[in-house]
Amino acid sequence: MKEIIDIAVIGGGPAGLAAALEARKNAPDKSVLIIERDKELGGILQQCIHNGFGLHFFGEELTGPEYAGRFIAQLEGTGIEVMTDTMVLELSNDRRILAVSAKHGLVEIEAGAVILAMGCRERTRGALNIPGTRPAGVYTAGCAQRLVNMEGFMPGRRVVILGSGDIGLIMARRMTWEGAKVEVVAEIMPYSSGLNRNIVQCLVDNGIPLKFNHTVTNILGRERVEGVTIAEVDPATRQPIPGTEITYECDTLLLSVGLIPENELTQAAGIELDRVTSGAVVDENRQTSIPGVFACGNVLHVHDLVDNVSAEAMLAGRAAATYVSGQAQAAEYRSVSGRNGVRYTVPQRVSKSAEGKQDIYFRVGSAYRPATLLVKCGDETILTRKKQIMTPGEMEKISIDAAKITGDITLEIEEAKAQ
Amino acid sequence: MQFDVAIVGAGVVGCAIARQLSRYDLRIALIDAAEDVAMGASRANSAIVHAGYDCPPGSVEARMNVLGNALYRQWADELDVPFKRCGSFVIGFGPEDEKVLSDLYDRGVKNGVPGMTLMPGCEARAMEPALSKDVTMALFAATGGITCPYQMTIACAENARENGAQWLLDRPVTAMRRKGDFVVITAGGEDIEARYVVNAAGVFSDEISRMLGDDSFTVRPRKGEYMLLDRKSTCVETVIFQTPSKLGKGILVAPTVDGNMFAGPTAVDMTDKLDTSVTPEGIAQLTAMSKKSVPGIDLRSVITSFAGVRAQPSTGDFIIGVSKAEPRLIQAAGICSPGLTSAPAIAGEIARILRMNGLEMKEKADFNPYRKAIPEFRHMNNQERAALIEKDPRYGRIVCRCETITEGEIVEAIHRGARSLDGVKRRTRAGMGRCQGGFCSPRVMEILSRELNVPMTGLTKFGGNSKLLVGKLKEV
Repeated sequence: MKEIIDIAVIGGGPAGLAAALEARKNAPDKSVLIIERDKELGGILQQCIHNGFGLHFFGEELTGPEYAGRFIAQLEGTGIEVMTDTMVLELSNDRRILAVSAKHGLVEIEAGAVILAMGCRERTRGALNIPGTRPAGVYTAGCAQRLVNMEGFMPGRRVVILGSGDIGLIMARRMTWEGAKVEVVAEIMPYSSGLNRNIVQCLVDNGIPLKFNHTVTNILGRERVEGVTIAEVDPATRQPIPGTEITYECDTLLLSVGLIPENELTQAAGIELDRVTSGAVVDENRQTSIPGVFACGNVLHVHDLVDNVSAEAMLAGRAAATYVSGQAQAAEYRSVSGRNGVRYTVPQRVSKSAEGKQDIYFRVGSAYRPATLLVKCGDETILTRKKQIMTPGEMEKISIDAAKITGDITLEIEEAKAQ
Repeated sequence: MQFDVAIVGAGVVGCAIARQLSRYDLRIALIDAAEDVAMGASRANSAIVHAGYDCPPGSVEARMNVLGNALYRQWADELDVPFKRCGSFVIGFGPEDEKVLSDLYDRGVKNGVPGMTLMPGCEARAMEPALSKDVTMALFAATGGITCPYQMTIACAENARENGAQWLLDRPVTAMRRKGDFVVITAGGEDIEARYVVNAAGVFSDEISRMLGDDSFTVRPRKGEYMLLDRKSTCVETVIFQTPSKLGKGILVAPTVDGNMFAGPTAVDMTDKLDTSVTPEGIAQLTAMSKKSVPGIDLRSVITSFAGVRAQPSTGDFIIGVSKAEPRLIQAAGICSPGLTSAPAIAGEIARILRMNGLEMKEKADFNPYRKAIPEFRHMNNQERAALIEKDPRYGRIVCRCETITEGEIVEAIHRGARSLDGVKRRTRAGMGRCQGGFCSPRVMEILSRELNVPMTGLTKFGGNSKLLVGKLKEV
């Protein structure tokens, strides 16, 4: 099967949905196709049955499926084509897509513009080199979430969680509510990578201890997990301190130790990647190093809130619409980058023709309180922002007037003193 | 159940023997305690087809290694198993190592290893640019290669079954006794009678031997830990050894047939034969030693670490032959490294021993030496893919995204004998990629449940009590 499509969106999660809708809205005469590998649209939201989604975007609290449902409902009547149960195998640097599904077989797509919205995957035990045996009962938090919320099964009864990422926190509560005992959440850093509201609502409210500066040093049990040993780490080296080990009897270890944007297609297409975000390098329109290819959502950088994903995806969708309408011009860029405590920025560059407020998203490398952010253009400080606290767990945003961007921009923390 | 030959142990050695014997008009049983074949050392090792220069000259090991290496091409082709003669280096850092390298070379000559070259470091680096600039000399062996140990084992077992051998898995052998012309084997609570028993029980081969009164050797477990890297950071094309130590061939860095790269193994003598845990010390050692060989190795891209246990015999050599205590017990015991390489040769040797000891072995007219691998969607061209999907649409549904494994492959693996998540993984690679099954495990479980007609809550990771789920929601 061969298709020619104006705008192809790879991924039908929150990013892909918002991008496709916005693209169609801005280019009503152009064809838009969403390619989704799962059986249904909505991406990871479909397994996030807790609420807390949409406070910013819709001004109300929705569950994950409800949030996705709002966008899926909007597809009706738009003429946006959808292929589910379809996996993209290849993306070329001239925007040709090879996809496959049981229903359509191999599908070759020539796209005028491509929006990358493949999301992210979870870091695994292997990536952390956690010692110990390799029994059943070690799951990433997201995998356990799927088993519980979508398949209706309990992966375990007594649980230790490594990492305080949001999915881990949510699963601590979920497993507790389903009758499991969550013994402890161990976090190797001195701060959580999850949202504060999740720590309160999921752990504190359920009496689950959270141990900072702790990690898993051993997994016990030959066939099924029988115990997990955690130990305190030296904050300077992150190495376990001998003698601080505690072994919890349990049958399950959940891992919530980070998310990694899924950029294998992006990389194979030869698109420039940012080593820190593991996503593409993009401009203010979320255009990658290949003109006509855009990226948004967690495939670009890991977001805390789906609301931000939707907003970012709309930028990409609009830009893709402009691109296929032939109005896009080759751009010259100013670079945007972080230093002195600012780990990364998105976008990483802004075109010289950009106008109005430019929102720059960034994350800091450790906890700062109070924190003063400096935005510099060359040696000149063009903007200062003071905050009570900035932590790596919460994405920050700063708006810069494009008129002030007369050269390369850097974001940094003043007199960076990490706490 | 009555058989002519019962093979105890369904690792690569046992399965290769089963395959070899299935050429003949014999009733063959392949018995293992685990739920699947390749569950011991054959599951987790270096996957190297060794050239044979480091076995002591005159040893059984040396003979089996060199012959096994020579047989590998044919076995791999007939069984449709990946095998690549990529060549191997042993590298030296200075005069002391150089002496070891020239000793290895001499040993290789004595063992009859073809295609060896001693070369200066710069020449080795020209062939393998990833090598450390501190390498002063290297021994290159053109016959060194890589394969997939569990694929080889599974392929042998499938081919043996195709030719009439019976798999008797999930049956731990607990007792054996002689009864007339037969040995009665109690396995999984059942009695199995066989004219001959072949002991290929790896790390447990001493215990199996003792059941028939032969305590002439012991087997000590030696653990080897490994780190496997994502294929996007693979930076070597050859197998790279350091000079060997008393505990083995040293830590190597090598590509895998699947395009990944690994560092390992450590060598730690153990007491627990089932201890395949990974240790911080092991990881630290692998990190340091692999960087010494290949400074550019990107250890941030490790996707998993694991360990295997090798069967180190107290005799210091493979134990192959008729037991002195029980003439109906044929030993293929204490097969440590290079067991994977030697397996085809050991299989031939065991067949010869059985014949010499009175087993009538008539070649079957209808023996089929060929076994086809499960179709691999990821390696096909688009015409082949389209044709396959046309025939069976399940080959168009990708279940494992990281390794591009289709539902069709998973179903086929289950029909060929996979009964657990790991069984599917070894046969198809589903779950072996960078997400390590995070996305596809629930879907593979669904397919297992459907195809085996087993409830989700009955599924295991690798048999026994390795249950994946504890129950349905609201019932726990």
